[in-house]
Amino acid sequence: MKRFFPFAIIVIVLAGALAAGWYWWKAAHKSPASEPSNSGIPAVPTSAPAGAQPQHVRGSETAPVTLEEFGDFECPSCGLFYPVLKTIEGAYGSRLRVIFREFPLTTPHPHALAAAHAAEAAGLQGRFWEMHDLLYENQEAWAKAFDVRPIFEGYASKLGLDVERFKQDQTSEAVDNRIFLDGLRAHSFGVQGTPTIYINGRGIPYEEFRTVEALRASIDKALAK
Amino acid sequence: MIQNRRVAILYSVAAFVALIGLADAIYLTIGHITGQTVRCTITSGCSEVLGSRYATVRGQPVALFGAIAYFTVFSLATLAAFGYRLVGKLLLLIVTLMFLATLWLLYLQAFVIHHFCQYCLLSAAATTTLTVLVAIATRASR
Repeated sequence: MKRFFPFAIIVIVLAGALAAGWYWWKAAHKSPASEPSNSGIPAVPTSAPAGAQPQHVRGSETAPVTLEEFGDFECPSCGLFYPVLKTIEGAYGSRLRVIFREFPLTTPHPHALAAAHAAEAAGLQGRFWEMHDLLYENQEAWAKAFDVRPIFEGYASKLGLDVERFKQDQTSEAVDNRIFLDGLRAHSFGVQGTPTIYINGRGIPYEEFRTVEALRASIDKALAK
Repeated sequence: MIQNRRVAILYSVAAFVALIGLADAIYLTIGHITGQTVRCTITSGCSEVLGSRYATVRGQPVALFGAIAYFTVFSLATLAAFGYRLVGKLLLLIVTLMFLATLWLLYLQAFVIHHFCQYCLLSAAATTTLTVLVAIATRASR
């Protein structure tokens, strides 16, 4: 009898481990869907601030699906999401409209704010999305740098911007205001992390947009409504 | 007999520590799969570590390998505590490999990612404790 005792303990612990895993899995899946207030991605309040205007939009004005991203250029998960969204934008064409909002998380990411300033300064010369793409594509390179200013100026010159104006605009009030206004909108939504995604005004949990397949399913769901 | 009892206690404690490590690793594995800890949040070193490319090996979360390892250590330590002394050497080998993996992960956090996550540090503490316990138990049971 005693010989089997340790094996019984092992089986019980294995069952307990699987049960704990299942419980956490359920808890993680349940919270966004059925309790939006606890998910960190609450529903959009009707009286939400509009964010910076004009907003950064890519895609058709009449698209049936609008995806609004609150992003941080230095956030690794945002960097991983960037190619996912690119692929989806290519696949859906005029059926998808993408809006980008600045939400730099300055505590964990020391260059996030500088990157947001660079993107917005490029935006003042009409090249926001080009800078947005460059920042995400080269995230690993500049995120590790000590001084990012020469790197961002390099991107500006690569994009054919007026670099002197770009340098001034980075510290301008217009750029500050845009980031502040996007932040107001983010705070009214209760955004706490990045990337946070809203599809047609509905916040979706990370696992529903982390891969091309998952994002495709979320957009198809919105299209079917 | 007293010596045997001491060894049994050491292996029992090791089994208990492995349970802590197992719970930690399962929590991280589920978090990784559901994306709970992988987004960047305002207050976090965890998302930097768990969202980094070092958090996965061949597409599988490192935490999953940790969970399997901790369960194996728990099983072997339990058997050893009940007198199955033959498993002792295998246990020492596995724990040593885990300890080396822990050193590598600590190095990555300190010098490559430059962020620490508390769940990973808990696991490092668990593995270090296990290494010490199993090493003492192996010596004592000779």
